[in-house]
This record gives sequence, C-alpha cells and structure tokens, in this order.
Amino acid sequence: MYDVVIIGAGVTGCCIARELSRYQLNACVVEKGDDVASGTSKANSGVIHSGFDAKPGSLMAKLNVEGNALLWKLAEELDFPVKKNGALVVATDEEEIKHLELLLDQARQNGVPGVRILTREEVMKMEPNLTDKTVAALYAPTGGVIDPFNLAIAMGENANVNGMEFRFETEVLQIHKKGEKYALETNHGTIETKCVVNAAGVYADKFHNMVSEEKIHITARKGEYLLFDKTVGDLFTASVFPVPGKMGKGILIAPTVHGNLYVGPTANDVEDKESINTTQDILQLLTEKAKANHLSKKVIPMNKVITSFAGLRAHQDKHDFIVQEVPDAECFFDAAGIESPGLTSSPAIGAMMAKMVSEKLNLKKKEKFVSTRKGVLKPEKLTDEERNQLIKKNPAYGNIICRCEMVTEGEIVDAIHRPLGAKSMDSIKRRTRAGMGRCQAGFCTPRTMEVLSRELGIGMTEITKKGGGSQLVVGKTKEL
Amino acid sequence: MMKSYEIVIIGGGPAGLAAALEAKESGVDSILILERDRELGGILNQCIHNGFGLHTFKEELTGPEYAYRFIEKVLEEKIEYKLNTMVMDITQSKIVTYMNKTEGLVHIQAESIILAMGCRERPRGALNIPGFRPAGIFSAGTAQRLVNMEGYMPGREVVILGSGDIGLIMARRLTLEGAHVKVVAEIMPYSGGLKRNIVQCLDDFGIPLRLSHTIVDIRGVDRVEGVTIAQVDEHMKPIPGTEEDYDCDTILLSVGLIPENELSNKINVQMNAVTSGPVVNESLETNIEGVFACGNVLHVHDLVDYVSEEAALAGKNAAKYVLGKFDGQEAPAHTVTLEAVDGVRYTVPKTVNIGRMADTVKVRFRVGNVFKDSYVSVYYDDERVLHRKKMIMAPGEMEDITLDRKRLQEYPDLKKITVKIERE
Amino acid sequence: MEKRELICIGCPLGCMITVNMQDGKVVKVTGNTCPRGEKYALKEVTCPTRIVTSSVGVSGGDIRVLSVKAREAVPKDKIFDCANALKSIKVAAPVRIGDIVLKDAAGTGIPFVATKNVKSGGTL
Repeated sequence: MYDVVIIGAGVTGCCIARELSRYQLNACVVEKGDDVASGTSKANSGVIHSGFDAKPGSLMAKLNVEGNALLWKLAEELDFPVKKNGALVVATDEEEIKHLELLLDQARQNGVPGVRILTREEVMKMEPNLTDKTVAALYAPTGGVIDPFNLAIAMGENANVNGMEFRFETEVLQIHKKGEKYALETNHGTIETKCVVNAAGVYADKFHNMVSEEKIHITARKGEYLLFDKTVGDLFTASVFPVPGKMGKGILIAPTVHGNLYVGPTANDVEDKESINTTQDILQLLTEKAKANHLSKKVIPMNKVITSFAGLRAHQDKHDFIVQEVPDAECFFDAAGIESPGLTSSPAIGAMMAKMVSEKLNLKKKEKFVSTRKGVLKPEKLTDEERNQLIKKNPAYGNIICRCEMVTEGEIVDAIHRPLGAKSMDSIKRRTRAGMGRCQAGFCTPRTMEVLSRELGIGMTEITKKGGGSQLVVGKTKEL
Repeated sequence: MMKSYEIVIIGGGPAGLAAALEAKESGVDSILILERDRELGGILNQCIHNGFGLHTFKEELTGPEYAYRFIEKVLEEKIEYKLNTMVMDITQSKIVTYMNKTEGLVHIQAESIILAMGCRERPRGALNIPGFRPAGIFSAGTAQRLVNMEGYMPGREVVILGSGDIGLIMARRLTLEGAHVKVVAEIMPYSGGLKRNIVQCLDDFGIPLRLSHTIVDIRGVDRVEGVTIAQVDEHMKPIPGTEEDYDCDTILLSVGLIPENELSNKINVQMNAVTSGPVVNESLETNIEGVFACGNVLHVHDLVDYVSEEAALAGKNAAKYVLGKFDGQEAPAHTVTLEAVDGVRYTVPKTVNIGRMADTVKVRFRVGNVFKDSYVSVYYDDERVLHRKKMIMAPGEMEDITLDRKRLQEYPDLKKITVKIERE
Repeated sequence: MEKRELICIGCPLGCMITVNMQDGKVVKVTGNTCPRGEKYALKEVTCPTRIVTSSVGVSGGDIRVLSVKAREAVPKDKIFDCANALKSIKVAAPVRIGDIVLKDAAGTGIPFVATKNVKSGGTL
C-alpha cells in the first residue's frame, strides 16, 4: 500500500511528486498516457506569467506570483530552459488604456514586481514590430517563457530519482473509500493508498466527484495555436498580449523559449475532453490574426507555419485553483482547475500540496534529497573542443538524427535511458526536440525509430508515436 | 592546420554527384563531397520506380540504377566523399564545418562551395489541415523511405493528399504491397504529377483522383481512423455540404517540396521568394562569389536528368572559378536581368553576364497555370526575339529557353530579358 | 463495335483518346493530337504492358531491402501476380545491379533483376 498516489503526471502532478519526494514515503504517480506531460501540459503557450492577470485575493494570484519566483531558481537546479523576456499587454485605443490601469492596480495588489505602463513611444522602441494602432502597453518584466514539457520532465525525473514511482499507461477507472484507505481501480489492477492527490487536469472533477458530495465542475476550454518557423521567431522579444477578454488572456503573439513564434490560443469550451483536434474555422481565425495587424504591424507569412495544435484548459466554474484536502473526503487532495497560469504556478502548487499532505501524514524529510538534475546534454552548447572530446568518448554525439533541430543520436539515446526515459516518438521529441522543427519529423522519423528499436530492444512495428495504439508502421513489406 | 579543398560539394545526391564529376573533368582534383546519409545517391535511393534517365542515357532506369551510373564514375575518378556526415555550418570566407561519428567536428577551407542539399517535403502543418494529430500521417517521401529502404509498411488503408509525383508513385507502390489506397485528393483543379503517373499509378489500379478536393478533418486519437475530404471553391476554400468521409489508418501527404537552404541562409545567399532557392547568375553562382547552387536546392525539378545537366554546369563553373578561368577570357561585364512575368513564375538563372556566359545558356522556368496553345515569348528589352508555340504547358513540368551569346552581343545596351506566356 | 477511352501519357496535354474496336481489332483512333497518341493507344488496347518495380529482402548485406525491377515490361494484367511472386524471395548478399532475383515471374517468362548493389559482410 502506498502512502500517496498522485493521479496525473502533468506538470501539476510532477511538481507535487517532486516536492513530496523530499519526504520519507512510499508514493506513486499514475498516468494514463505513456509519458509525463501528455495532456494539457503538452499543449499550451509556455508562458511564465508574472501574475498581474489573476484576480487579487484569489489562490491563483498568490500561487502565480510565488510560482514565478520559484521557476527561475528551479531552472538552474533542474537544468531546463527559461527566458525572462517580459510580457506586454497592448492597448490599441483609449478605452483599452483604462483596462491597462486596472491590470496595473491588480499587479500592485498581487505583489507583481516592476509592472508599469509604457507610452506608445516607449513600447514601440522596445518592440518596433508592434501594430501602428498601439497607444500604450502594460509591461511586466518578470514575464517569461519556458519549455512546458521540460518543466514536467525535469520535475518528474527528479522525483523519480528521489524514489517516486511512476506508472504509465495506467488509467484510474474508479475510486473507492475502504475504511482508512482508498482503492484505485485501474486498467492494471487495484492500487491501494492512504492518500490520493488528484492532479488529473480536465478530469479532476471526475475523480473529485467520485469521493465528494460537494461537486465541482471542470470544462475543457480548447485553445488552438499556429506555430511558426524560427526564421520569424524574432518578430517580438516579449510575449505580446491583447487586452484580456471574458474567456481569457486573448490571442497572443510570442516567441517560444526555443525561438519559434506562435499565434494563439483561442478559447472555446468543448464537451469532449479528448478533443485535442484543431478545427477549420479556428485555424482560419488564427490565420487572419497572423495576416492582419493583430498586435503585429508585420504580416507573419503563412508559409512559415510549421504546425498547428490544440490544448485543453481545465477551466473550473469559479475560475480559481482548488488546492485542498476535500472537506468531506479525508486524505483526498485536489489540485483542480489548474488552468492558466497553471504552468507558472505549478511549482508553488507542488510546494503547497506537499506541505498539506506531509502534515496530514506526519511525514519526515529525507536526509538525502537530491535537489539537482542535469537535462539531456545539448552538444550545441559545448565548445568545439569539448564537443570533439564528447564524440570521441561517445560517437553517437557525432551523428545528427534530426537535421532541423540538429539533434544527435547521443541525445536521443540519453533521452531513452535517463530516469522516466522516453519510450515513444513523442516522448523523444519532448525531451530532445527531434522532430519538432520545420520538417516536422519527415527526415528523422525512420532514423529515430531505428534508435528506439535498437535501444529498447523492440521491433520497429512496436514503436509508437505516443504509447497505446499509436504504432507507426503496421508490418514488414511483403507480409501484408 | 585546417585542411583545404578546392571545391567542397554539400550533398551527394544526383546534383552533387554530377557537379563533382564535371568539376573533375574540368581539371580540378581537390574535391570533397559531404553526404549526410549512409550512401551516395540521395533521394534516388528510395525512388525504386523506373522512368529516370531517358534524356541522359536514352533508357529508362530506376532511381538506384541512375544514381549508380554516377556513383560508379565518382569511385572510378577517386573523388573524395564522406558519408554519414552533416554539414553544420558554412561561412562567407568558405570555411565548412562538418560532423560525423569518426572525425567529430571538423573545419575545412574551401575555395569554392557547391550547394547541392536538395529539398524537403512540405509538412502537414504548412497546410493548416485541421483535425487530430495521431500516428499514421506521413509525408509521401518518408513513407517511401520506410517502404523501399527500411522495408516497413506505414499502413493498410490509405488516403493520399496531393497528387505530386511522389504521392502518385507511392499510391502504386503501396497497392502492390497489398495496401488499399482509397483516394487521392488534390486541392488544385489539375494534378501536379506527370500524366504517365496518373495513368499508371492511379488509373491502372482504379484509384480515384479527386481534383479541387482537400482534407478538412482527420480523425483518430492514437492512430488515424479516418479523414473527411471536401471540394474547394476557386479560392481553395472548402465548400460546405461537399464533405465525404473515408475510413483509413494512414494519410500520405504529397503537397510540395521546399529547397533546403538553411546553410545558404547562414552566409546570406540571396533567395528567390518564388523558388525558395538562391538567386543565381548564368554560371549558377549565387551572390556570394565562388558559391554555386544546383539541383533541388536551387529550384525543385521534376526530372533528375535536368538536375544532372544543371549540376554539371555548376561543377564546370566552380572549376573555372578555382582555376581562375573566369578572368581574362571574358569581355567587359555586361549583366542583364531576366524577368518572369505573365504566367512565368520564375527563371533560373536570374541574371546573365553576357561577357562571361558560355556560348549558350539554358534558362529554366515554370509556368503558374495550365496553358494550352500558347506561346513562350522572350523579349530583349521591348523587342520580341522569340515566340514559340506550345500545345501545352503545366506547372508540373519545367520549361526552358536557350540564350545565345552571339545574339546577345548584338544588343550592347540590353538591360532586361523578359520571359512571358502569350495567348497569341 | 467496342469503344475504349484512354488518357494519353505522352505529354501533359493528356488527350482523351477514343479507340473504336471490332472483333478485337482497332478500327479507329480519335481524340489524339499527335501521332504519339495513336501509337500509345494502339499499344494500350492490344497489349498493355508495364515495367513493374518492387523490392525483396536481402540478408547478410549492408542494406535491408533490395530494389528490383522486371527486366522487360510485363503484361498489365500480370502486375499483381508478379508483385506477389516476389513476396517469398529473399536473396543473400553480395548482389550486383542486373543480377536475377527471380527467373520467371508468374509464368510471364520475364525475370526480375536487382537494381542496386549490395555489399556482403554487413550485419543487416
């Protein structure tokens, strides 16, 4: 029996896992996908929000500001890329300036450092490609960008190194309270635990409602994106937002931490919590945004789109995070309604949850907690000499597998064999960026498959895109 | 001490091989071909169908056979090449940095560089096809490599988007391997593929080609389960009510090729927005002196024979460049610009230095639409000097005209050569 | 009178050619723009043939898959038979371009030959 089972290995679950792994306990994360960050955490803006947007006094506001502060330090400890590029909210008429003032006031109440309103001249100097309609902008210097996968992967790996067990492709079907413990029925048998932490993203309401009479409701709010080639990644330095609307922060234009550019997300509530499909109308809308004067005075050329994708926000009816022990279900903890700024807040959510759970179970801290982790070695960051030494020691680092992102075989092998190692094409992609470039895996697919097959000792026909039934090839030629 | 070569050729596909052979033939001994794949021959190695070489060898060869004709000579001529080697960087001063498993990261000095990197396929993202993102969506060329070089089948029930030649060829290939190709959808009102391929790859097997159709939805979370295709209007927007569903486990995309000019961009080679390839002069030289381009990195070809011919010219001129033969022999520079208008999308080359050009220079171009019973016209400034009737011209087939030096020399004040399509 | 409709493959024009036939003999060819069209149509209605290309397995070499082709064009209605006849073939390295991998494909009398060299000694 476990002390704690965390449902969901998204960024929230992974942060909770990492913070809990500081304690002496027997715990496990169950995840229905084949990897960490395979739901909401894999498809979002990757923005580190400074915290001016959340309603003052809300848990969201508190955890956002705390999370922002934690992230910069974590990036060093756990070796994942972040960039403090700042955020701008651009007003395009006098009416919108009033809104900026509102946001500025919120920023002060929320304790967001350094936020100020810039005049048109000031902001145009900072971002010369802003639309000519710009009249003023709110500037938040602590805004940043992050690789959303890497945060979850880093936290997950570090938790794993510190003794946290992960069970992938394990879907919780039902939860029963059995005396002092919970029994989690899964597709791989029943798991028993003293405590449950519900970090199930868009499904957090389902699990909460299995044990509580005080129902919560989470809506999947879809956001679609266009991702552009790195050649147009320098349009803006900061993440550029419009003045927010009812459904969220609006469609932004921003660089990613790796230097691509994106336009998105949209916001549409959907019934089906698996509907991570893009849609014709929305892609058309985003195309219009890219073409016409939306935040940018330059047309973003559509032939530079490298992919489009959609993600689902876990929108809770009251639009605040729920981080709690469920009042009528002892030892059942929720981390629910974790929508934007959830990614930024996740380290703070992890810390808060770990505190609650450890106090509940009276957990003691480990004597030897490993607080640091090295990410997948990026040879491009080495000097030529260091790189050559590396290749001499391990020739795989001399073999480029992904030509767009210049990812070597060495990095892919590293991704496969590290803690919570990659088992599928998408999990390699998230760890190394192989296949994430402008050709979208056209070149590297057969090559990556070969490395996976060799390293995992499995046949080419067993290799999947993302676990489950997502095999890439159906058989050998001459056998059909 | 940095090793140096007179000519470094980036890419060992059909363009790189032909360029190397011609450079050698022209008297250059110090040549290095850098190839990222495990063998020479480039994309031809996966093009196991026949139809190559009719122009060059007057017989129909398969891709690997065509490649071997060149590889054999490269071996005979003992031209140096490196496999499994990626070029990481080039500089304007022609330092080439490559990397492989055995040597690591190596810098070499070239006197001349020939860009012969070929092209890549346009991915789904570039088309904004909506829907899910399951396994089972391949670009046609990736599927071709999986089937023909690795020996694996991408799927059983296939829908193909785009009627480019690779897509058509793969329709036949997969059918012969036991898969069921249900339909080929083409967004344009005409196919980008050769007629022969439409007949022999689709019609022979009863595979329908739906012109003016595109994919508007992809279903399936883990693996592709189906697609919806719809008819498009003249603005290529899907027409509501024309949707048709197909169950399938695989989607192949054959929706265009893009020259791979990431390295060219590193040294600020001037690019042509239409071809996505370098702007070159009559010698296939880019704006960076001593850097030449040929093959699909320059502009996407439909026949490898033309690639070989073009690349040989690049090889010859690179040799002239390093042997110093561009100087001295030439009359004073007299550069004219070629303009592509009225149905002509682009020309390669873009400029011609009449003083330096060979006796004749072939100008290749593509048209932007299907033209029947029309004329290819060439104007020297305002004077029409060529008016050639063509029964048919189509975007899928490259056209050419030939410029004659002697004739051009009769126009000492010439500024501009215009190539256009005229109805009469 | 039997009518056969064909698309000419001679050039991008793709003429729709109609062939009128009586008792298996061609009576009239219409719709073609040039003589190539007529020649193509005659061949296509009397004895259509295709060059079949495919691949076979190869062992002990430096590559996994050996590309092959029919040395001569095979009758159109034998395409699938030929493709199926290749299914059971696996050759051993080394292989030279032109080496016969199947002597008589599906009773056509036409051999299939290698279109690629394979070096022996590989581990594949």
